[in-house]
Order: sequence, then C-alpha cells, then structure tokens
Amino acid sequence: MAAERSAIVERESLGREIEGLDALDVPMVEGQQTLSRMWSAVWPKLAAVAMMLAIWQLVVWTGWRPSYVLPSPATVLGELSELITTAKFWSAVATTMRRALTGFALAIVIGTALGVAVSSNRALQRAFGSFITGLQSMPSIAWFPFAILLFKLSESAILFVVVLGASPSIANGLINGIDHIPPLLLRAGRVLGARGLDSLRHVVLPAALPGYVAGLKQGWAFSWRSLMAGELLVIIETRPALGSQLQFARELSDAPSLIALMIVVLLIGILIDGLVFATIEHRIRRRRGLVEVGA
Amino acid sequence: MDIAPVAIRIEKVSQTYHGGTSSVRALDEVSLEVKQGEFVCLLGASGCGKSTLLNLIVGLYRLTSGTIDIGERRVALVFQEPALFPWLSVRRNVEMGMRFRGVETAERRSKAQELLRLVHLEAFAERQPHELSGGMRQRVAIARALAQEANVLLMDEPFGALDAMTRDILHDELEAIWSRSDLTVLFVTHNVREAVRLGDRVVLLSSRPGRVVAEFPVEIPRPRTVDSLQVTELAAMITDRLREEVRRHGR
Repeated sequence: MAAERSAIVERESLGREIEGLDALDVPMVEGQQTLSRMWSAVWPKLAAVAMMLAIWQLVVWTGWRPSYVLPSPATVLGELSELITTAKFWSAVATTMRRALTGFALAIVIGTALGVAVSSNRALQRAFGSFITGLQSMPSIAWFPFAILLFKLSESAILFVVVLGASPSIANGLINGIDHIPPLLLRAGRVLGARGLDSLRHVVLPAALPGYVAGLKQGWAFSWRSLMAGELLVIIETRPALGSQLQFARELSDAPSLIALMIVVLLIGILIDGLVFATIEHRIRRRRGLVEVGA
Repeated sequence: MDIAPVAIRIEKVSQTYHGGTSSVRALDEVSLEVKQGEFVCLLGASGCGKSTLLNLIVGLYRLTSGTIDIGERRVALVFQEPALFPWLSVRRNVEMGMRFRGVETAERRSKAQELLRLVHLEAFAERQPHELSGGMRQRVAIARALAQEANVLLMDEPFGALDAMTRDILHDELEAIWSRSDLTVLFVTHNVREAVRLGDRVVLLSSRPGRVVAEFPVEIPRPRTVDSLQVTELAAMITDRLREEVRRHGR
C-alpha cells in the first residue's frame, strides 16, 4: 500500500485550479470613501436636530407657557454657551463623569462575574436567572431611600445604586450571549481540546461577545439614569455635580440653565452610546462578517 | 500483505437515544476495524448513525455499550460545516488547537503557515473566515484539524454542502494530503461516488438501527476521478445495495 500511496503525486495543475476557483469565489468588497461615508452618517442627525429645534421654537411662539418657564432655543443655547465657559460647570461634569465611570467599572466587574457564574452552573441559573431579570426591571430610584439609610447622603449611596442599576443588565447580557452561542462552535472548541478556563477564555467569552456588549450598552444606560436620579436626591454641598446643578436650577426657577443642563446630560449619554458602544458593536459585527457589504 | 497496525478498533458499539416515551436505536452492535494509514468511507442513508459513531470516537458523546480503541492516537474531527471561529483570522483559527496544547507562539505561527500552504490558502492567512467561500472555509477547517497533529482524521460529510466543481478539487486535495502522510481517515458520506472516489474501502451501514451490512474494497488505482468508468460502475453496484436498504424501511 505504501508504494501505491507514494505514487500519488499532486497534479501540477491542482494548485492552479484551486487558486483560480478561490479567486472567483472570494467576495469583492468595494471600499466607500471615508468622507462621503461620514457625511452620510452625519447629515440625518443634523436634520433631526434642526427639526427638533424648529418644533421647540414653534411651541414657544404659540405662547403655550410664559417665556420664563419655557424659554426659546436661542436663549437656552446662549445660556449653554455661557455655561461651558465656567469652571464650576466643568468641575460638575468631572464629578459626575468620575462617579459614572467608577460605578460602571464596578458594575462591569460584578455583572461579568455574576454572568459567568450563573451561566456555567445550571443550579445557579435556575436560582438566580429570573431574579437577575427581576432586579433589572426594578426602577433604580426605588433603591435610593434604602441606600441613603445605609450610607447616609454620601458618594457610597450613589455608587451603590449605580452599581445595582447596571450590573443586572451586564450579567443578563452575558448570560444571553452565552445562551445563544451556536452549539457547533462549542463542539468545535471541545474537539480542539478546549477545556475549563481555556474554553471560557478562547471560545465561550469571544463567542458571547456580541450579547455581552449589548448588555454593557444597556448597563451604561441604566447606570447613567441611576446616577442622574442619585444626584438629584443625594446632594453633597461642597461638590457640584450635573444632577445637583439641575436641582438648584429648578429651585431658582432658572429655566434656561435647567434646560441647558438637560441638554448636556442628553449629549453625554448620546456621545458615550454613539462613540463608544456603537463603534465597538460595529467593529465586532464587521470582523465577524455581520455587516452587509456596501452598508 | 498488509501488516499495518489497527488504528481504530470498534467493537459491538450500540447507542440508543431516549426521547420521552420512545427510544431510537441509532447504532446496533457496530464493529469495524480501520488500519493505520487506511482511508475508509462510511456510507449510509439518513438515520444510520454515521455521525453518532464519529462523535463517539472523538469523545463528544459518551459510550454506553461496546468498546472503541484508538490506542494513544490523537483524533481530529472535521464537521459538515466549517465551524470556524468567526472572531479569529484564518491563521488564528488554525492555531487554536495548538494554543490549547500549549505550543508556543512562534512555533504555532510557522506550523499554521505551513498547513495553510498545504491547503493552498497561505495568501488568505490574515483574512477573516467570512471573507472566504464555503470551500475555502472547509479547507481552513481541514488545516485546523491537521494542526492538532492527529493520526486519525474523522470527517463528517465535510464536502456535503459544496458545489460539484469545488468538491472535485477538494477530493484531489484531500487525497494528495492523505497520500503524503501517515493519516488514517474515516470519512462519513451519503454520496456513493464520493465514497468510491476516496476510499480504500467503503463500509455500508443500514439505517435505524445502524449496522454494518456490507463492505466493498475499492481496488481502483489512484489517483482516481469521480466520473471515471471504474468509479461509476462500482458506485452503481453499491447504490443498488443501498437502495435495497432504504426499501426495507418502505414497508
């Protein structure tokens, strides 16, 4: 048999045929100009903003509410441009962002650990699966009275609620991601010798990444919301924050700066979502071939 | 004349699936020996337990009855679908098994490159799997399996989803790879011509329960082509036998 086998020499043309077939088979990808792609992403957003401003201006013109309650866009934008030149504003933004990032980071650690633990153990999944979902649907503001009781009016009270608000979403995202891994990939991993931690690190977690990122994104939204609620309730005198500034503006009936601050809160939310999470999601989808060619 | 040792010894392997009130016997006392370096094709209609047998050999399913002896040999499995990891480049997919074995980076990389050259894909090493065609992905899967340094390669209808042209070329490629190595191949298919084209021996399994009903040595000299007269003649004969098996279930 050995003699017979060595007699089989690869046909010289085989390599050429394979190359030809491959060349025909590889899908063609045409790159779009970066500039035109950016423009096509930006103009609908600009149009939407212009439309919202127009509607706002129209409502002001109808005289539905007096101008000291509902000021015009021009007044608010003027206030905003003044606001961003003050040191106090930036220190408020810094305080708020620091809280948001600390809380979110802590939530990532807790949520991820919880997600891995729950999805790797059937009993834990049965015990805590629906509990985590329940926790996720609980409005985080409902935690504040208890948090204030536990931690008084302090940073810890805010952190506590931010972490509680975000970690169930992160855990759930990861659990969902793991649940939706095609079984074939897990089998392929096992055949290749992936066991225990190796399997978790090189097969399970990367395969679950899209679900995990969706959970992170939702977790961020929850932590941002919880944080704003917290800053309205837990006001630390010496430390200005976006939420507490909002509360002061209401107490002083300063409608222009109140709305200006709301715009800032909204913008930060959009910015993080649009710049951080959308970019990560797009990159993952493109890498895995989940983006339609030409889109 | 043949003194090659036995690579896979399957003895009286039975497997029953229990589903609620009914249970299906997938394999019924299947016995089979595959010699080292031999290319054996397992042929059967649906429900003959071909895939079950491969999963048992590779250890994905737990054996409940009978014995499977592969000695100290390392076994790799190629699925019907490429089952590549979509987040890794082609090269990193090939490196995956070596990574789990603790092979160091430089060696892993050069070995992967060498295997990609073997399947004529070295130019595509840094591409993502989704950028390749189905046939190319399946070749990556073969390279990934070979990277496990397996002595036994199990293939579960690996070319079933490919067009005829690509399949023909992959037959040539697989035969060339096999002939230059000491690889034992157990190749599952429901395509009779494919079995005759590739195998040293074609083993016919019956359906529900799967049982070895006939064996056909293929003595056609290599390299073969799938549409040569000798291949089609033997394939026609085996097809008749296979039809007989299927008819049995019609009654």
